[in-house]
Amino acid sequence: MIELKQKAVVLNSKDNVATALGDLKAGDILELEVGGEARTVKLTTDVPFGHKFSLFKIEPNSSVIKYGEVIGMSTAVINTGDYVHIHNVVSARGRGDLKGGKR
Amino acid sequence: MSFLGYRRPNGAVGVRNHIGIISTTVCATDLALWISQRVQGTAPFLHSQGCCQTKPDLEIVTRTLISLGCNPNLAGVLVVGLGCESIVADEVVAGIAKSGKPVEKILAQKLGGITGALAEGVRIAQDMVLNASKIIKEECPDSELVIGVKCGASDTTSGLVSNPAAGATFDLLLDKGGTCVFGETTEFMGAEHILARRAATPEIAQRIIKSVATIEQRVNAMGCDMRGGQPAGGNIRGGLSTIEEKSLGAIVKSGTKTIDGFYEYGERVEGKGLFIVDSPGREPEILTALAAAGVQVILFSTGLGAPQGFPFVPIIKLTGNPNTYQSLSDYIDFFVDMGNSTIAQAGQELYQEVLSVASGKQTKAEIINYGCFPNILTVGPII
Repeated sequence: MIELKQKAVVLNSKDNVATALGDLKAGDILELEVGGEARTVKLTTDVPFGHKFSLFKIEPNSSVIKYGEVIGMSTAVINTGDYVHIHNVVSARGRGDLKGGKR
Repeated sequence: MSFLGYRRPNGAVGVRNHIGIISTTVCATDLALWISQRVQGTAPFLHSQGCCQTKPDLEIVTRTLISLGCNPNLAGVLVVGLGCESIVADEVVAGIAKSGKPVEKILAQKLGGITGALAEGVRIAQDMVLNASKIIKEECPDSELVIGVKCGASDTTSGLVSNPAAGATFDLLLDKGGTCVFGETTEFMGAEHILARRAATPEIAQRIIKSVATIEQRVNAMGCDMRGGQPAGGNIRGGLSTIEEKSLGAIVKSGTKTIDGFYEYGERVEGKGLFIVDSPGREPEILTALAAAGVQVILFSTGLGAPQGFPFVPIIKLTGNPNTYQSLSDYIDFFVDMGNSTIAQAGQELYQEVLSVASGKQTKAEIINYGCFPNILTVGPII
């Protein structure tokens, strides 16, 4: 069950990103539960409603995980609390722009 | 639980009682539209295909038109053609006639042109509506429901709220012995392994994987990244970063049950259970595929607010985005309020809404008559 009264939600214990359930601001401190453990994340930038931020440091070219599944690959260092979106994540699928069609 | 429906000659149950005015080809589209505008109780199916296409596409069009004509929400069908098109109107008529419902055709080139065909079409459609109006609704068990689901104009709330609610409704209906259909193969990409695990047989699992591989190869052949098309610009503004993220949120709308079958675009599903129909994610094509599969009602989960209805299938628009529900109240039917209920409760409420709509409650898209321009999938070039 997801309560929209929360400020953000982590959908699976394997996830390294959370989803904002309101318009969050840089400096906001979020108390979240990841895989049964409490985790505090301070946002480095604003994160709009429905968008994602990082729960951990993610190295470049690493899996970005939501729903417990890989949703794409990082293209830069993503620090804890960073906004995660198309500026630092790319799809691995349907990549006709790359040789072999996959990243 | 039960609903009030229209029993058809082949035993199927419709939840609406329209006469379908189905054009065979783009050249007959205006004519079909005009007939439907002149005769209340009719619903047009208009499209831009039916001629100057390769054989595989003509086969898709023929089987889709037949399947649409067989949809139990239609009491009868008038097939409207020009005469010289690739689609053979008699073949479409014969296919629909197997359902036992009344079906007739007109060809403009045989009736002195558009004006003569319009007069004849109106006369036939009027007779058909008169006869259909005599059919009395009867109580039907909910196991006779056949519902579809689609998500569109998605944002993050789709995957978190409205798609899970639709999935819960699917699970409820399947537990009662009903039938559920979903598609949007492109939006399995990145999540196809999860669906394949739910397949009843290895063959169905293989078809799920293969259908995604096929569309991915076709996309890749265009030589570009598909971001912008999938996820679309609005999806990205709504917080979805990649097709994988969109897909993982999209498949939730199919619930959690075993997948009992996989059908090609334009095919009618047979028997009861949970089925996939191979189709892209764009509304005009997927809604047609669901109607052709034989669904009576469609659940349409949306985040940013998609407006589409379908000419003869009621579409219940649901959203979990409170801003969308408030600002787009003229075409959003149902709000999944996660502030005040659980997904399971929302699924129950949505199930009741399906029964109400099946029994005759009008959807907002039906009332404002929005959704008259669906289409049929093409896989090859226009020639």
